[in-house]
Amino acid sequence: MSNDLTRLTAAELAGLVSKGEASAVEVTQAHLDRITAVDDRVHAFLHVDTAGALAAARAVDERRAAGEKLGPLAGVPVAVKDVLTTKGVPTTVGSKILEGWRPPYDSTIVQRLRDAGTVMLGKTNMDEFAMGSSTEYSAYGTTHNPWDLSRIPGGSGGGSAAALAAYEAPLAIGSDTGGSIRQPGAVTGTVGAKPTYGGTSRYGLVAFSSSLDTPGPCARTVLDAALLHEAIGGHDPRDSTSIPAPVPDVVAAAKLGATGDLTGVKLGVVREFAGEGAEPGVTAAFRDAVDTLTKLGAEIVEVSCPHFKYALPAYYLIAPSECSSNLARFDGVRFGLRVGDDGNRSLEEVMSLTREAGFGPEVKRRIMIGTYALSSGYYDAYYGQAQKVRTLITRDFTAAFEQVDALISPTTPFVAFPIGARTSDPYQMYLADLFTIPTNLYGGPGISVPCGLSEGLPVGLQIMAPTMADDRMYRVAAALESAVGTFTPPAL
Amino acid sequence: MTTTLPAYDEVVARFEPVIGLETHVELGTNTKMFCGCPTDFGGAPNTRVCPVCLGLPGSLPVANKAAIEATIRIGLALNCSIAEWCRFARKNYFYPDMPKNFQISQYDEPLCVDGYLDVEVNGETVRIGIERVHLEEDTGKTLHVGGATGRIHGATESLVDYNRAGIPLVEIVTKPVTGTGALAPEVARAYVTELRDVIRSLGVSDVRMEEGSLRCDVNTSLNLPGEEWGTRTETKNVNSLRSVERAVRSEMIRQASVLDAGGRITQETRHFHEDTGDTTPGRSKETATDYRYFPEPDLVPLAPDPTWVAELKAALPELPRLHRRRLQEQWGLSDLDMQSVLNAGAVELIEATVAAGATPAAARKWWLGELSRRANEAGVELADVGATPSQVAELQSLVDAGKLNDKLARTVLEGVVGGEGTPTEIMTNRNLEVVSDTGALTAAVDEAIAANPDIADKVRGGKTAAAGALVGAVMKTTRGQADAKTVRELILERLGVQG
Amino acid sequence: MAAISREEVAHLARLSRLAVTEEELDTFAGQLDVILQAVAQVGEVAAADIPPTSHSVPLTNVLREDVVTPCLTPEEALSGAPDAEEQRFRVPRILDEDVAS
Repeated sequence: MSNDLTRLTAAELAGLVSKGEASAVEVTQAHLDRITAVDDRVHAFLHVDTAGALAAARAVDERRAAGEKLGPLAGVPVAVKDVLTTKGVPTTVGSKILEGWRPPYDSTIVQRLRDAGTVMLGKTNMDEFAMGSSTEYSAYGTTHNPWDLSRIPGGSGGGSAAALAAYEAPLAIGSDTGGSIRQPGAVTGTVGAKPTYGGTSRYGLVAFSSSLDTPGPCARTVLDAALLHEAIGGHDPRDSTSIPAPVPDVVAAAKLGATGDLTGVKLGVVREFAGEGAEPGVTAAFRDAVDTLTKLGAEIVEVSCPHFKYALPAYYLIAPSECSSNLARFDGVRFGLRVGDDGNRSLEEVMSLTREAGFGPEVKRRIMIGTYALSSGYYDAYYGQAQKVRTLITRDFTAAFEQVDALISPTTPFVAFPIGARTSDPYQMYLADLFTIPTNLYGGPGISVPCGLSEGLPVGLQIMAPTMADDRMYRVAAALESAVGTFTPPAL
Repeated sequence: MTTTLPAYDEVVARFEPVIGLETHVELGTNTKMFCGCPTDFGGAPNTRVCPVCLGLPGSLPVANKAAIEATIRIGLALNCSIAEWCRFARKNYFYPDMPKNFQISQYDEPLCVDGYLDVEVNGETVRIGIERVHLEEDTGKTLHVGGATGRIHGATESLVDYNRAGIPLVEIVTKPVTGTGALAPEVARAYVTELRDVIRSLGVSDVRMEEGSLRCDVNTSLNLPGEEWGTRTETKNVNSLRSVERAVRSEMIRQASVLDAGGRITQETRHFHEDTGDTTPGRSKETATDYRYFPEPDLVPLAPDPTWVAELKAALPELPRLHRRRLQEQWGLSDLDMQSVLNAGAVELIEATVAAGATPAAARKWWLGELSRRANEAGVELADVGATPSQVAELQSLVDAGKLNDKLARTVLEGVVGGEGTPTEIMTNRNLEVVSDTGALTAAVDEAIAANPDIADKVRGGKTAAAGALVGAVMKTTRGQADAKTVRELILERLGVQG
Repeated sequence: MAAISREEVAHLARLSRLAVTEEELDTFAGQLDVILQAVAQVGEVAAADIPPTSHSVPLTNVLREDVVTPCLTPEEALSGAPDAEEQRFRVPRILDEDVAS
């Protein structure tokens, strides 16, 4: 075990704290120091809550000293994507429109993190309102990929993924609407899991697209992701779309997978993704992963999901439609920015100036696309039709899962691209989510696990499972991890 | 406008009106539609709010079971079909009293559809078709500051209180009502009145128009006989039963005057003004917002269990119209008498008094007589006059037992209204019981006969009617505490005359 | 043919309460056109008989009991307000009187 506390896994850190071999304050301070040392170059954090983190760590140490039994993640630091409300701690969603807002309430996920005795280090950077695949659309500057600081860390949850890869935090929370947990995981060589929709609470998750948004765990190992998933998952009566069932036993599945035996597991490769323009290096790494999984005992077959090619267009109608409505509340009346209130202008003018100044270009584009798609006269052809395509994609998944236990694909078509390479053409940016979006439309779970390198940059394998069978993907991911190991970026 | 308006009789002689009513009812649930904030009236501003009803980022709605149940009961009472599956939808428009800048409502999948309500106008039954009954959330309240009138025009700023935001609101929409001719305004009023009584009988809302828990929008159009329906206007801000009737009448007259002048009716929203009885134009529907309805993704569909719906249906109270008819028969009242009971708002009070043991006639006498008079004087509703049905029944039982005469009973009732206690307590405490000690009464009678020998002679001579003066004298000496009938019998007995 | 005109983009901006600049209108018109042409591919799918999916969770009747829960204090409620007066949220004068309900 390394002497550097920041290089340890969450499971290891929790072990040290529970045995009294390291205090939660020491563990927390080590990560705060690391943030101080590297975050000016990485820019993973929008807000570091030093005082709050140390206070939470001290509370864990006091509970231990008092003889209390600690949970499996007590004393472990965690970074939280700035999309989740944190009581009294700034929450910006990467947008100017919420600059300085301190919510009067905690999201369910954050509440559960506190209950589990984890230590929240701060809030991580993201594309504004989680709309993007690179964090370049953050109003507060781009996050840099620790593997190559001139490249993007993925998005929208690039801050959470970069914080893990830069050893600023052992655990992080993300949210996945079209791939915002999995794609950053893939391009930073970390693990990112999107739980079944409804398996993790959206209460306090600032909504982008309500029917797709799913908060979930990010970590450097599959077991850590599973431990975090277990801590934050499960039914929440404050979220009407929360599934009233226990969290699948993802921790046991990760441990089972770590034995490296996938005998009896049948995996499907989606035929339609093969011709979808993945980079050669990504395709090569994916083929290697398929070989590895075969060696571990899995049976691999090809399956057809004929409607997946319509997933991207359907997504870019459904998500903007819901976003156009969800983001209407940012009007400078009850919270956040207000611009142009000179005592003369009307409310309508002030609202329009506020939204114009507060939202970035990508958010504005999506609001207008969504407004268009929901307009009378266009609804049936756009939003309505996209919802029907959603049904067909769900049927593709259902049919596939009659043949196989899980589906596999590369997580993203390309490795981390240079900062600025795709911002001039918005649609090119959308292609980053080509392989992750179908899962969101279906509502099932998906995980990205590092499977290799392409020209020195990480490639992720995506595993997609049936709804409420999150454990299956953890088993496969842990087995692959046991065979290929974890990936360490060059020293910063 | 200086044009002379046509007389109402002329209007209905030439045009046929079509009306429609959209009524909003605030439900009397403990909590709001989508969060656990209380719905009680009159709190300090922004004290009944939480992240959900303030629309704070990240908050999510969860539907109130009691509100769903109340809406289904209203639907059943209005003879509607209850949807086996339906959804909430978002209605998108920007307005500061709406925290999320969309309203959670229902669009093409309402909870209840296709019912009717029978109302009586001039003794005729008119069946009003119900298009739909759906559930939505109320808005906050905006205070306009800086203008002369407190209205929006001329105001320099506005202040918003979200206490009301999110209170469950049931919208009841009628089908177009045709063929009512000159009676259209009265039909509109009768419908809203009957609807109010139905909802009150269900106990799901206090349905007070003056407090805004019952609000009404009235659609009106005119057409020539045999021709297609005309363009309709929607009159908002109609806040009393009387205004419903006035708004329809005034809008019919206004539209006729426009049509007479060769103009065309604009499809628009109009505002009713209580003071003048006129309507003035609001936003034209032709430039109205596209609400961009879509299914609310933060809520899951409703699929009321048919067994549950059947249970709710079986448990509905008797509807006011049938209930009133049954009571009228039981009480043996003419239509006119029943109408005066209704007008006084005394149906439930008399019913409860009868249930507590009084005869219908006695109960009606007290509530329509002495108590109505006192309620009028105090300017309060009859139900709030200070006497309960059980007290009135007890009072009557004391009269029936001969312990109180009519005059004493009224004195006791005054004590009841004044909060002195039960009728028996007041009678005892104030020593108001009828004098039944025959020794004392005989002495008083003898005294009266001795003091009025002329009258006594007349009575002895067979003019028994003259005994009244002697009764009066006895009542005076006993300070009214004797039973007049007993006194009279005693006088005749002492004078040796058969009664 | 362009899927969307500059004027339509201006209309969408008004509906969305975005005071976009003239320059932005030019940029957005081109970008939205590319995006809309791409997403219009959903129209290729023959889906006349296919029911729409708005929720991926097969849940119905998620209801809450009618029980009061704690509110925010007025201080908390107004803590994020850009402007407040008399314990209310202050907004500039409102032009449009009409409200649907």
